[in-house]
Amino acid sequence: MKAKLIRAMAILTLILLVSVAVGLIAGSQKIDFSRLSSDPFSRTLFFRLRLPRVLMGLTIGASLAVTGASLQALFRNPLADPYTLGISGGGALGASVAITLGWSARILGIPWVFVASFLGAMAAAALVRAISRTGAVVLPGALLLSGVVVNLVSAAAVLTIQYVADPNSALQILRWLVGSLDVIGVAAVGRMLILLVPAWLALLALSRQLNLLAIDEDTAATLGVNVRRCETTVHTLCSLIVGVTVAMGGSIGFVGLIVPHAVRLMFGEDLRIVLPGSLLLGAAFLVLADALARTAIPSSELPVGAITGLLGGPAFLWLLRRRRQYAAM
Amino acid sequence: MNGAHPLTPLMEARQVEFAYPGGARAIRVSLAVEAATMTAIIGSNGSGKSTLIRLLAGLLRPTQGSILLEGKPLDDWQPRLRAREIAYMPQATATVFPFRALDVVLSGRTPHAPRFGFENDRDRAIALESLAAAGAAHLAERCVTGLSGGEKQMVILARALAQEPRVLLLDEPAAALDLKHRAELMRTLARLRDDRGLSVVMITHDLQLTGSLFDRIVALRCGELAAEGPPQEILQAELLAAIYDDPKVRTTRVGDQTVVWVDK
Repeated sequence: MKAKLIRAMAILTLILLVSVAVGLIAGSQKIDFSRLSSDPFSRTLFFRLRLPRVLMGLTIGASLAVTGASLQALFRNPLADPYTLGISGGGALGASVAITLGWSARILGIPWVFVASFLGAMAAAALVRAISRTGAVVLPGALLLSGVVVNLVSAAAVLTIQYVADPNSALQILRWLVGSLDVIGVAAVGRMLILLVPAWLALLALSRQLNLLAIDEDTAATLGVNVRRCETTVHTLCSLIVGVTVAMGGSIGFVGLIVPHAVRLMFGEDLRIVLPGSLLLGAAFLVLADALARTAIPSSELPVGAITGLLGGPAFLWLLRRRRQYAAM
Repeated sequence: MNGAHPLTPLMEARQVEFAYPGGARAIRVSLAVEAATMTAIIGSNGSGKSTLIRLLAGLLRPTQGSILLEGKPLDDWQPRLRAREIAYMPQATATVFPFRALDVVLSGRTPHAPRFGFENDRDRAIALESLAAAGAAHLAERCVTGLSGGEKQMVILARALAQEPRVLLLDEPAAALDLKHRAELMRTLARLRDDRGLSVVMITHDLQLTGSLFDRIVALRCGELAAEGPPQEILQAELLAAIYDDPKVRTTRVGDQTVVWVDK
């Protein structure tokens, strides 16, 4: 098992390195890497735009994939991810309220927008959980349906706010609905990582408990897992991670759904491999998707959320067909 | 071998009462489980059998009274240490992810493995042994989602055995098993009782199973203890008629077995 983990990490790290190289090279403007030290234009392009954008893709891709993998295990539902459970939508709503009210201040270096987005994600997660849990059972249908409804209502609310607010913030809010990675400078990514890295590690530390929960809830409890506490912890961590990523990149769909399944197909079901694997493959996947978004149409740029949707949707349907038992959910 | 007083039963439900929120169904039971014994729980549907076994497993908390393991309330046990003592096998497990059967059984080693490490070679050996004991060695490499109900039950039983518990709580394990595997299950459990001192508490509707290998039968009726004793005492027509609310229950002896049926 340990050997399997090391092998998986080695393969995925290699994929990650390749995707980072592609992400740094791809773009509408060619960067002459040999003149990076002498040419100020190349230097600005690389260090202020290209590099931050790749780092942003790594951060958000890793975040969405690891939360998707955790939520799928927690609810024993292969179709769960931050998007289908309404957590992204709640986060987007929180962030857009904060932006409309002009909360640009920071506390201890953490922007208020992050806090609002986290609270929105948390509220959405709690609502969906309350609706779908009856006693000891989480109803899989109710889980997904209430998640989708929360997402739709949130999107409608974000749109309403957009119309009411002034055009300046409306443009910003549009980004939350589409999902995009454009960022200037590495400072913003740094501010995200202060919150995200501890949350990632906390999720990874729960991977054994999540593995037991993915098999069965009752036997997980008799094997020593405190189910309610684990559920609350995972929910809070996922809301935090999704809140922060949505506040910066918007609700980018399908990454949290597709990447964990890809890792499972490659390396099996053990969550102690699937969770760190999703972290690496999610990062690689979003950087590649963004490279494609930047180069697919010459002299123009697609939102990365469109690419992940176009790639992820068919992959999702293929998965559903390949593993018929999921359709019975 | 444990610090408890020699007269302390391995497990005890002391004046336990339980009501589901809303108060739909209640149970009021006192019960002791001795080491190295096999106990069958019988009773009609809704008599509180599953509630009792879930209380013993610590999945439900009594509203009154307490469940003691080696004289200590279940809540005072560290979950990890408790999991080394008690294993539970539910009526059915609906795993949606295609886990390999051997990995499912290996996960039963969790309470024995280091917190952040993987299972070692010894855990693997025990998992394979448990699969063999459950009659499921041939299923080791299969995906659990591709198994039949009975095969899945055997894998889940192997997982509970891999936990190396002192008490094994089984909620109708035989329901999905064919005749051969039912007999095999009973023989395996009896062997573990005799060799390792395992205590088994098993819910069953199959009274034929309870006759020969069980040490004791506990009968529930409407959440209360209706009768308790060795099989030959409990498997009597009048008593069973009262337990199941059916005056037409009949019994007869065939060799050392009691056959139970219901008259037309």
